[in-house]
Amino acid sequence: MLSIFLNLIAALFFTGIVIRTKSLASGRKGPGILQPVRDVVRLFRKGAVYSETTSFIFQLAPTVYFASVVMALMVVPFGKSPGVLSFNGDFIFFAYVLALGKFFSIISALDTGSSFEGMGASREALYSMFAEPAFFILMGSLALLSGHTSFQEIFASLHIGSQISYALAALATFVLLMIAMIENSRMPIDDPKTHLELTMVHEVMILDNSGFDLGLILTAGYLKFALYGALIVNLFIGVIPYQYAIPAFFAIQFLMAVAIGLIESFMARFRMSHNPQFIVVLTSVSLLIFFGVLLILQKFV
Amino acid sequence: MNLITTFVLIPFVGLLLLPFLKVRLKGVLTLVLLTINVMISGYMAVQSLTGNPVSISLPGSYVTGIIPIRIDALSGWFILIINLVFLTGALYGYSYMKSYRKRTNSLTLHSFAFLLQHASIISVCGIQNSFVFLIAWEILALTSFVLIIFEHENPVTIKAGINYLIQAHFSIVFLIVGFLWVINKTNSYDFQAITTYSSSLPGMASLILFLCFFIAFAIKAGFVPFHTWLPYAHPAAPAHVSGMMSGVIIKAGIFGILRMLLIIKTDYVAVGFLILIVSVLSGLYGVMLAIIQHNLKKLLAYHSIENIGIIGIGIGLGAIGTGMGNPTLATLGYAGALLHTLNHALFKSLLFYTAGNVYQATHTMEIEKLGGVIKKMPQTAMLFLIAAIAICGIPPFNGFISEFIIYTGLYSWLSDGTLFSLLAAIFSTIGLVAIGGLAMICFTKAFGTVFLGTARHTLHAECQEVKFIQLLPSYILALVIILVGIFPMLFIHLLAEPVSLFTGTVQILTNTPQNSVFTALQPISWASWILVALVIGLYFIRQNLLKKRRVEVGPTWGCGYVASTSKHQYTASSFVRTYSKLFAPVLIVNKEEAIVHGVFPSEARYHTQPYDKLEKGLIDRVLKLNKRFMGRFVFLNNGKLQFYILYGIIFILTVLGIPLLYRNLESFIDIFKLL
Repeated sequence: MLSIFLNLIAALFFTGIVIRTKSLASGRKGPGILQPVRDVVRLFRKGAVYSETTSFIFQLAPTVYFASVVMALMVVPFGKSPGVLSFNGDFIFFAYVLALGKFFSIISALDTGSSFEGMGASREALYSMFAEPAFFILMGSLALLSGHTSFQEIFASLHIGSQISYALAALATFVLLMIAMIENSRMPIDDPKTHLELTMVHEVMILDNSGFDLGLILTAGYLKFALYGALIVNLFIGVIPYQYAIPAFFAIQFLMAVAIGLIESFMARFRMSHNPQFIVVLTSVSLLIFFGVLLILQKFV
Repeated sequence: MNLITTFVLIPFVGLLLLPFLKVRLKGVLTLVLLTINVMISGYMAVQSLTGNPVSISLPGSYVTGIIPIRIDALSGWFILIINLVFLTGALYGYSYMKSYRKRTNSLTLHSFAFLLQHASIISVCGIQNSFVFLIAWEILALTSFVLIIFEHENPVTIKAGINYLIQAHFSIVFLIVGFLWVINKTNSYDFQAITTYSSSLPGMASLILFLCFFIAFAIKAGFVPFHTWLPYAHPAAPAHVSGMMSGVIIKAGIFGILRMLLIIKTDYVAVGFLILIVSVLSGLYGVMLAIIQHNLKKLLAYHSIENIGIIGIGIGLGAIGTGMGNPTLATLGYAGALLHTLNHALFKSLLFYTAGNVYQATHTMEIEKLGGVIKKMPQTAMLFLIAAIAICGIPPFNGFISEFIIYTGLYSWLSDGTLFSLLAAIFSTIGLVAIGGLAMICFTKAFGTVFLGTARHTLHAECQEVKFIQLLPSYILALVIILVGIFPMLFIHLLAEPVSLFTGTVQILTNTPQNSVFTALQPISWASWILVALVIGLYFIRQNLLKKRRVEVGPTWGCGYVASTSKHQYTASSFVRTYSKLFAPVLIVNKEEAIVHGVFPSEARYHTQPYDKLEKGLIDRVLKLNKRFMGRFVFLNNGKLQFYILYGIIFILTVLGIPLLYRNLESFIDIFKLL
């Protein structure tokens, strides 16, 4: 329960911090931290324009997308306190319920019959296919290391002690961060600020959404950031008491937002055709984690 | 006794009555007779699932010996799945075949074959006498052939049918080899003889015996590389037959493999690894090829190969669990496999039925020509969508539950083990995840191009929703899909008996939390409820808010370009273009194009035809070599009747002569026996 509350707060500021970091890095003053939230509130108050090509799928999809992110949020733990739902194998549910949202956002893009939105849909489907194995191997390795199969138990019983485990934690952070970038359609996979439809992934899929629906999609995006940030936080805080864990949570989320802002300021987006290769690299990095875990457990004789 | 006699006689009652009835009544009679048989077999199945296995011995004849019929929980589970799909299939077929009412004779044969097919596949589940089993298996193959070639005037259909017939008989050859081996050694047709015989065999020999049966059943089930008949046969058949073929007929192969795992005592670890590897490859290969298909039914057929792969992963895990003495792994593996068998039967037949609706409305299965069907056929579209989400293994539908159990199995395998099994577990996990991701590409493509956007091609007929009676079977299937998704525990309880056949322990499935490996399913069920409630609640809020706001309708955003046509849409090929470039080494796409050239260019053309690389290597190449070899003997084929009669006489004389020369051949046969 606590994790939902904390994540909601983090989600309020996360995107704002990213944007602020980017504007500071490029020498501008930039909008206030809460500007993304104000945008969403404004969108919720607006009417809507629907394409005449679309069907009820287009109207239903943002709702399902949002609901899927909220469901994923429910299984994410926070340190000692498990998520609203916590069970063995909840990370499988986590990945698959997010896939439900993706499925709907892809078909809603195809529903418009647009010449651009199919492009984004096609890329989204392909990238998420490539990104999922990395997540499953990572969680599998952690499950193997800790001997548990639910988020909370895995994170609670991870002991970062030896040198190999420091390396593993660093790699795991890298993988989770990159998965977060892919899932949230940020650099270096996707450029949310590009003005050319041909080079967009996520943005081009929601070209036709407006009003309440667009608000839902944006909110879901903010929540998704906090979601993956929370996973990284969990990797480090273990079962330390709340008075340390809660500040640590916000500190790490803040660091992550700043890091994303900096990455976006100083890196260019990859060529579209190189993206799949990059994402497959994540899978190999997570395999590296798996072999590291085998080393720790002395399975190599 | 009486029940079984009635069961066997019912198809023949059909044979007696069907030819004399009017076309409309033929369908009704088929439905009625099928319902009777479904009730008989269902009654026994339910008995066996509640812990009272049915065991009957028919006296049989001099040739067959005693025919034991044993319907244990495994048979019961499969019989219930078969019955559900056959009932909905018959109901759907009744409406679907209305457009073929002029073809009275074909319909009579079709209805009879339908009844006989049901009787034979149920018999396959119950009969434990190898001789009679083979007969039932053969009837199953033949009736399926008859059902597939309903539109036999179409050369593609008849070719697909013959392809199926030949490969089905390859399966029978392997079965005969396996059975003859045992019969020769034990002089008994009873399946129990296989158990006693195989436990006396040394490890390697029992493995080969198992392999014989495995290949036979793998051909039926469509495991790669024995799958090549499947993508031809399923699209060629009428929609309800495709649904049943994909839903249950290939499951006869799965049943066979599971049955053999029960009765053949062999090295289960080796067998498990073999099945696991074949299954992961099948799953990946099936979905990889499914993505590039342009024909909706062919796409679905390749997806059957993928799902057989997922079921196989479960079976493999189960066998490894049994072999290693790890009851948790065995339970999770077998339970996942059995549940996925049910799930696949549900969503695959639903997909084929809805594809059939689209075919009836548009007269095409070419994905590239369709589009925007959802506006004309919203119910069909919704049903297809449910099945599509379910087949991708996404909650809150049934596919997720079985895949979740298999995942849990894979992860539980991680906790015990040698390096080798750890690697196998992690790579199987990668395989299963990749299968899920690829399935999502495939079904977003299929649903998106067929149902969404605008029509890509002018259709000749007015496209409209089919009648409710035709949608009814699809609604029933969709309901069960949702039920499994949100009440998984109900079905897990049904699985307790069949799984305990494999694991020997029942208590793992009981509800007490400390020893249940399925505790996670209860929270998942809640999660599904919450998800559904969230979506409905949010949608309700949204509708209420939008009522107060200004809602307009305009053209799709085209960067300011306002004269957009349906040709500007993304097509199925363009949707998967990046994919097919990345996976080019695995795929074959034959291109045929005419490029624009000249000052006054003529019409340009571009046509692609996906093909199967394994089929090219394993079937076409072998056939070509065979043809070249046989070509040498074409001089014998000289077209003169007298010569053919002579060949016949020579053949008969040789056959008669062999016993006379037996003594001389004995030493030769001894060598065979040693093998």
